[in-house]
Amino acid sequence: MMEKKRIDLRFSGVGGQGVILAGAIFAEAAVLFDQKYALQSPTYTAQVRGGATKVDVVISSDVITYPQTREINFFMSLAQRSYDRFYGGNNPDNRFFRDLADDALVLVDSNLVPNLNNPPHKLIQLPIIDLALREMGRTIYSNVIALGIVVGLIDVVSKEALTASVKRRAPKGTQEMNLRALDIGFNFADEFAQKEKIEIQ
Amino acid sequence: MTFDYSKYLRNQYIPHMWCPGCGIGILLKAILRSVDAMGWKNDDIVLVSGIGCTSRMPGYVDFNTVHTTHGRALAFATGLKMARPDKHVIVVAGDGDSTAIGGNHFIHFCRRNIDINMIINDNNIYGMTGGQYSPTTPPGSYASTSPYGHVEPNFDIAKLAIGAGATYVARGTVAQGLILEKYIKASFAHKGASLVVAESTCPVQFGRRNRLGDPVDMLHWIKERGVAMRKAEKMSEEKLAGKYVMGEFIKDDSKLEYTERTRMLIEKVQQKENK
Amino acid sequence: MSNKLELWGGNDLIAQAAIDAGCRFFAGYPITPSSEIAEQLARKLPKVGGIFMQMEDEIASMGAIIGASLAGEKAMTATSGPGFSLKQENLGYACISETPCVIVDVMRGGPSTGLPTAPSQSDLMQVRWGTHGDHEIIAVTPAFMDEIYSETIRAFNLSEKFRIPVIILLDEILGHLHEGVQLPDPGSLEIVDRTKPTVPPEEYLPFDDRFGDVPPMANFFEGYRFHITGLSHGKSGFPTTDVEEVDAIQMRRQRKIIGNTDQILSNHEYHLDDAEIAVVAFGSVGRSAIDAIDEARKQGIKVGLLRPLTIWPFPEKRVLEIAKQVKKIIVPEMSLGQLILEVQRAANGNADIVGVQEVGGQLIRPREILAKLQEVI
Repeated sequence: MMEKKRIDLRFSGVGGQGVILAGAIFAEAAVLFDQKYALQSPTYTAQVRGGATKVDVVISSDVITYPQTREINFFMSLAQRSYDRFYGGNNPDNRFFRDLADDALVLVDSNLVPNLNNPPHKLIQLPIIDLALREMGRTIYSNVIALGIVVGLIDVVSKEALTASVKRRAPKGTQEMNLRALDIGFNFADEFAQKEKIEIQ
Repeated sequence: MTFDYSKYLRNQYIPHMWCPGCGIGILLKAILRSVDAMGWKNDDIVLVSGIGCTSRMPGYVDFNTVHTTHGRALAFATGLKMARPDKHVIVVAGDGDSTAIGGNHFIHFCRRNIDINMIINDNNIYGMTGGQYSPTTPPGSYASTSPYGHVEPNFDIAKLAIGAGATYVARGTVAQGLILEKYIKASFAHKGASLVVAESTCPVQFGRRNRLGDPVDMLHWIKERGVAMRKAEKMSEEKLAGKYVMGEFIKDDSKLEYTERTRMLIEKVQQKENK
Repeated sequence: MSNKLELWGGNDLIAQAAIDAGCRFFAGYPITPSSEIAEQLARKLPKVGGIFMQMEDEIASMGAIIGASLAGEKAMTATSGPGFSLKQENLGYACISETPCVIVDVMRGGPSTGLPTAPSQSDLMQVRWGTHGDHEIIAVTPAFMDEIYSETIRAFNLSEKFRIPVIILLDEILGHLHEGVQLPDPGSLEIVDRTKPTVPPEEYLPFDDRFGDVPPMANFFEGYRFHITGLSHGKSGFPTTDVEEVDAIQMRRQRKIIGNTDQILSNHEYHLDDAEIAVVAFGSVGRSAIDAIDEARKQGIKVGLLRPLTIWPFPEKRVLEIAKQVKKIIVPEMSLGQLILEVQRAANGNADIVGVQEVGGQLIRPREILAKLQEVI
C-alpha cells in the first residue's frame, strides 16, 4: 500500500439526494476553511434525477497528483441502488469494489440500504434519512446530516471548517436549518463513536 | 453626371472574374451607390462573403473585406458586428451559399435581429461549381444535377426571412437597378437584421441550360417574372406560380436591435456589479 | 503566489483565465463536458464589458470568434470532440488567414456521440490533423489546476504572438474536477498582444514577410483596409495560384511554428536524469503517471516522466534524446494509440515503445502504469 498522506472518500446515493452537493461542501470545507489540498470529482450522467450517482473527494496535506480516488478509505451510500453499483457487490473483480482500501470504513443508511451482502469492510449502519425526518421534518436535510456524521466519525476536516462551508453554500433563509442539521449529525456521530470505536487514519 | 465607382473599388483587381452578362455587376453598382448615398467611409465598412460567384465581390471593393468559408459569412459577420457595433457590416451571398449550406446561420441572423445588411444575389443556381441546382431553383428547370428537370420545390427567401424575424426585407431585381438601389439604401438605413434579395441572372449556368437566350433576354425574363407586391395581393396562388413578388415586405423599427440589447444587458450587469 | 488555497473546477478556471488573458469575446454551443466554460463566461464576460454569445451551432461559434478577432478582440470558443469535428472547417480558415483565436476541446469518448460524460484522449490526432490541408497548429495540455490557469493564458499569448489558432486540450476528468489550487497573481503573468503594423496603411500587406515569419496584424476599422480569404493568397491577401507564391506562404506558415519551437514548447519532466525507463503522458493520465513513478521508484525502478504541456507541435527532439537515454518508453493514454505513434516517430527506433491503453471511459490508474513498469523491467 502506498504511503498515505491523503484520505480518499466516496459518497454515493441517487440523483436528487444532494450527495454531489455534499461532496462539494466537503471539499470546500477542506480547501477554503482548513486550507488543505482537496479535490472533488462527481460522476456525470445524463439522468438528472433518480439514477445512482457518486462523488469522490480526496483530501491531502500536499498537492494531489492522481486526480481520482486511489484507495478509498471511506465509502458512504444513502441508497440501495448506489450501494449495489458503487460498493461493487462484494466482488473482487468489480472495479468499484477494487477501489476500496482493505481497511475502508463503510457507512450506509440502515433503512435505505437493507441488502448488504456481507461486506468484508468495517460497516456502520445509521438511520440518516430517518434522523432527518424525525429531527428536521424533511428528508432534504439528510445530506447535511450525513456530512456532520462523517466529520464526527472521522477527523478529516474540522467541524469549524464544515460549518463555515455549509453556511456559505446554504441558500438564503435556510442557513439556520442547515446548521441545525449539521449539529444533529455531529452529535449523533459523537454518541455513536462513544459506543463504538472508530479507527481511520 | 456619371457616378464615380472607382473610389470604392480596388481598381488594380479590375477586370473582375464574373462572366459577361452576369447580374452581379449590376448588384455591386447598386451597393456602391447606396454606400455613397449613406456617406459611409470605406474604413468603417466590412464586406463579408462566403463561397461562390457573388462571394468574390469583397475582393474588388476597397473596404475591410473577408471572403470566408462556404455558407458561413453571417457567422463571421456576427463576430465582427458584436466586436464593433459602431461599424457597418454588409454580407453578400448567393442563393446556395445563404440558404442551403448557410441556412441555419441565415435564420438565426434574422431571429437575433442583429444590425447586419444581408444582400442575396439569387440567380437560382450554383454558378461557380458548374450549374448545380440550389434551394431557389424553380421546379422543372434544368441544372447540371437536374438533367431531367428539377423535382424539388423552391424556397421563397423573403418569406423565410420574415418568418425567422428579420425586420427589413425587400426584393428587387438586377433588371431594375435603381429600384434595387432604393431597397439597399433603405436596408442600410435600417437598424436591425435586413435582407435584400436581388433576383439575378446567370446566363452561363442557368440561362443556357434553360434556353433563356442571351443576357439581355434573361434580364427580360427576370423582369417579367416579377410581380409588384400590391398586384400580387390580388392574385391567386396558381397565377403566382413561377413568379416572385417584388417590393418592401417588412420595415419594422419597433424591435430592439441585438447589439443594442447586448449593450443594455452589459450596462445592467455592470451597474449591479458596481453597486 | 497568493498564499490562499482556492477551490476551482477545471472548466470554470479556464473561463476565469481567459478573462485574465484579455478574452472579451466568447461564442459557443452547448456540449458536454465543456458547457461549464460557456456558462461561466455568460456570467463573467458582461461584468467586464465582454461579449458572450451562444450561437446556432458549433460552426457558427468558430466563425464568430474569427470575425471578432479580425475586429481586434481576443476570442475563444469551447467544445468537445463532436463539436470540434464541426469546427474543423473554420479552424482551417483561422490557420490560412493567420487569425489568432483559442479553442478549448474537453475530450470525451468517441467516435461520434460516444461517451459524453467520460474521459478520453482520442482527439489528439483530430486536434493535429482534423482540418484538411497542410497546416501547423499549437495545442497545450495542462493537467493540474494551476497549469489550467497558466496554460490558458499562454494559449492566448501564443495565439496572438504567432497568429495561429491555439487549442487547449483537456479531458472530461480535468474539465469537471474541482480542486484546491494556489493561483498566481493575475498581474504577475505576461500578457501578449498581436504585433501591429508600423508601416503606413498604403504600404501594409497583411501577409508581409519582411518583418519575420509572423506578419504584423492590423485590426479592421483602424485605417488598414485589407482583404482576407480562405483561398491560397499572396502577401497582399488576394487569391493567387502562382506556384512560387503559394509555396512561399505555405513554407512561411510552417516555419513560423516549427522555426520557433523554443518559444512554444514546454514540458514537465520528473526524475528523468537517471531514468532507464521513461513514461510519456499528458493531461490527467500524466497525473496518474506521477503516482506510478513515485511508487516504482520506491521499488527501485529507475523511471522518469516526460509530460508535455505543449503537445502540438510535438516535442520530438526531447523525445529522441530520451529515447537514446532509456531502454523503454511507456506511453499510457486514453485512446487506442495516438500519442504512441508520435513517440515512436520521434524515438526513431532508439527505444522499445510500449503502450498502456484505455478506451472504456475511465482514467488509467497508477497501478496499471506501475504493473506495466514492473512487466517491462
